[in-house]
Amino acid sequence: MNSSLVLAIVTFVYGFSAVLYISSAVFKNDKPAAIGNWVAWIAVFGNVLGFILRWIESYKVGYGHIPLSNLYESLVFFALSIAIVCLALEWKYASRYINTVAMPLAFLAMAYASLKAKAGGGEIQPLIPALKSNWLTVHVMTCFLGYAGFAVAFGISILYLGKRFFAENGKDRSDKGGFELLDELTQQTVMFGFLFLSLGIITGSVWANSAWGSYWSWDPKETWSLITWFVYAIFLHLRYVRGWDGTKIAVISIIGFIAVMITYFGVNYLPGLHSYGKP
Amino acid sequence: MSETGKTETVFDRIWSFFSSVRLSVVVLVLLALTSIIGTLIPQNQTAMYYYQNYGEFILKIFSVFQLFDMYHSWWFRFLVLILAMNITVCSLERLPNVLSIVRKKPVFDAERFRRYKGAQDLTVKGNAIDRREAYVSVVSKKFGSPTVVDSEKGFTVFSERGRYTRLGVYVVHASILFLILGSLIGSLFGYEGFVNIPEGEAKAQINLRNSDKTIGLDFQVRCDDFEVTRYDNGAPKEYRSNLTIIENGKEVLKKRIIVNDPLHYKGINFFQSSFGSIPGKNLTLSFTSKASGMVYEKKIKPDETVELEENLGTFVLQGFLPSYPFMGQDLGESYIGSLSVEGKEPEQVVLPLHFAMFDKMRKGAVSVGIVNYDSSEYTGLQVTRDPGVYLVYLGFTLMIVGCYIAFFMAHQSLCVEVVQSTDNTCRVMVSGTANKNRMGMVMIIKKIASQIETA
Repeated sequence: MNSSLVLAIVTFVYGFSAVLYISSAVFKNDKPAAIGNWVAWIAVFGNVLGFILRWIESYKVGYGHIPLSNLYESLVFFALSIAIVCLALEWKYASRYINTVAMPLAFLAMAYASLKAKAGGGEIQPLIPALKSNWLTVHVMTCFLGYAGFAVAFGISILYLGKRFFAENGKDRSDKGGFELLDELTQQTVMFGFLFLSLGIITGSVWANSAWGSYWSWDPKETWSLITWFVYAIFLHLRYVRGWDGTKIAVISIIGFIAVMITYFGVNYLPGLHSYGKP
Repeated sequence: MSETGKTETVFDRIWSFFSSVRLSVVVLVLLALTSIIGTLIPQNQTAMYYYQNYGEFILKIFSVFQLFDMYHSWWFRFLVLILAMNITVCSLERLPNVLSIVRKKPVFDAERFRRYKGAQDLTVKGNAIDRREAYVSVVSKKFGSPTVVDSEKGFTVFSERGRYTRLGVYVVHASILFLILGSLIGSLFGYEGFVNIPEGEAKAQINLRNSDKTIGLDFQVRCDDFEVTRYDNGAPKEYRSNLTIIENGKEVLKKRIIVNDPLHYKGINFFQSSFGSIPGKNLTLSFTSKASGMVYEKKIKPDETVELEENLGTFVLQGFLPSYPFMGQDLGESYIGSLSVEGKEPEQVVLPLHFAMFDKMRKGAVSVGIVNYDSSEYTGLQVTRDPGVYLVYLGFTLMIVGCYIAFFMAHQSLCVEVVQSTDNTCRVMVSGTANKNRMGMVMIIKKIASQIETA
């Protein structure tokens, strides 16, 4: 059994869970999502297993590093982070429908990883000297937990806007109290993401300072992570101080996630220090 | 109106301008939008690069707005300054109020708690007095040190926690001021440079990045050894330099540095950043006489003069240049020499390493070419000094602590009121409030209520 096979299966398990969550929303019945929740737990277990197997495999080929060093590996960890944040929310708030959009995002991340693997991006590569540091683990993990928080916030915001749309068109009157919870959860997940994005930027800065003597060099990925940080800082001020909520706050959460996606993927097409994650 | 009255109004206006959160949002939006520019236009490239990619007209316009180094431009710094003033004034405006709330002794009023959202009403069996101890322990487990007020028909338990968490947001704001101040100090008193040291040599001077200035160090750095190790597939595994610091002629520090493990000495940091090889001190040159077609090979060192045969004059090897521009092209690494014939002006001779017979084009009486040269490896070190970094690190720490307090902790207060209604039942009201995350508080109230039901 190798990590590629395990992770390929995990992709389908996430996919199955996504189908169940979405059917719950379509048929307005909690049962498929309840099963989807169990399926998602199985996927998370497989995801962790695949991660550990790949780690062991990297030692077997003689490179020996945590699998967080290229686009494929980061996508695997991203999917895991999204699923864990989703499951934690579902457990804490005992509500099934909140993950209708968010949980399928874990599937999308994993599906993209599988595509990358098919195109040859799944090979275990040696670490270049610049990445040989204990900071690699903490920097990448905090960044991706942050991204995952924002991804879930994005999923919830999309769900909020979707429900609003159908509610205003008179098709869905079943869940009157749901909006308040979604609104609150958008804020909660954004705060989680913001804390971890800050940690990710800070650990990256400290690492950069210890590796090449400057904690900030304005390379495109750094700059975009800061732009993302600005967008969510704006979100928090509008929310806390100016009392924005509902549709307006959902839209800003979506804009923030677009910035996250540019930080993650878009920047690979620009020159800079973070060229390790190129597709 | 009096003169002083007028100035006060102006001051008040400025103050209220800087104390508005609308300004914070506008500045943050501007910072976010303008920051995009620098990720699209490559920063700090050569003028040639910009000229070739953008043309003269756009180059001029971009230069006016300093878009080629926009994060250090006057207008970007101005935006950061506005943000800093905004944060300062906002905090000064709001902090006294918050401090007085934090210092205030809590006032407990069961009547007020009754109106809060999520208040739970329960009916439990038993005598109120018998329940007192159990309920107090339920509350103190979650909240700590409750206040108990006894009444005619029962008692009320009050408690609160996290009053100081109201300061969390100011910790975050202070952290940003520390970051801005730290980076300002760094840009005023720090520098970023590089130095290439051939194996076995020592240097005491570094070149600054993005400028042609140099800085002298009050000690020397010697590279004793440089080594690259590779993976089986040929990709580099590790770059390593053995460095020695020499001060006043004495070796004071030795360290082996690799990419993630630099050398620090007297606030100056040396990082492994590149490597390469440069031509050494021993060359063999060929001198071809046009008249006779004879080729004479001679060994030569920099600053050495050789006498040429057939009265062709004398040749001096003047030095080495890392690049040599020729008719809009870069010839690359080149030696420069000078050829003098009696009674004539000395002629410059360019000897590019990669174009051995380049000098033929001069069409002189003798053409000079490079036969061979030895080379030595050098290590490329990034050299930095940043006295502001400690403030920046303090800012980092405060930001994380502040964000955690501001996001995930709240000032919460709780009230459990017990009233004896008939001989064997009590009415219990569990209620509470929080300055943020009220939904979380409602969940806590539910939890406490269920614990009270079973206590």
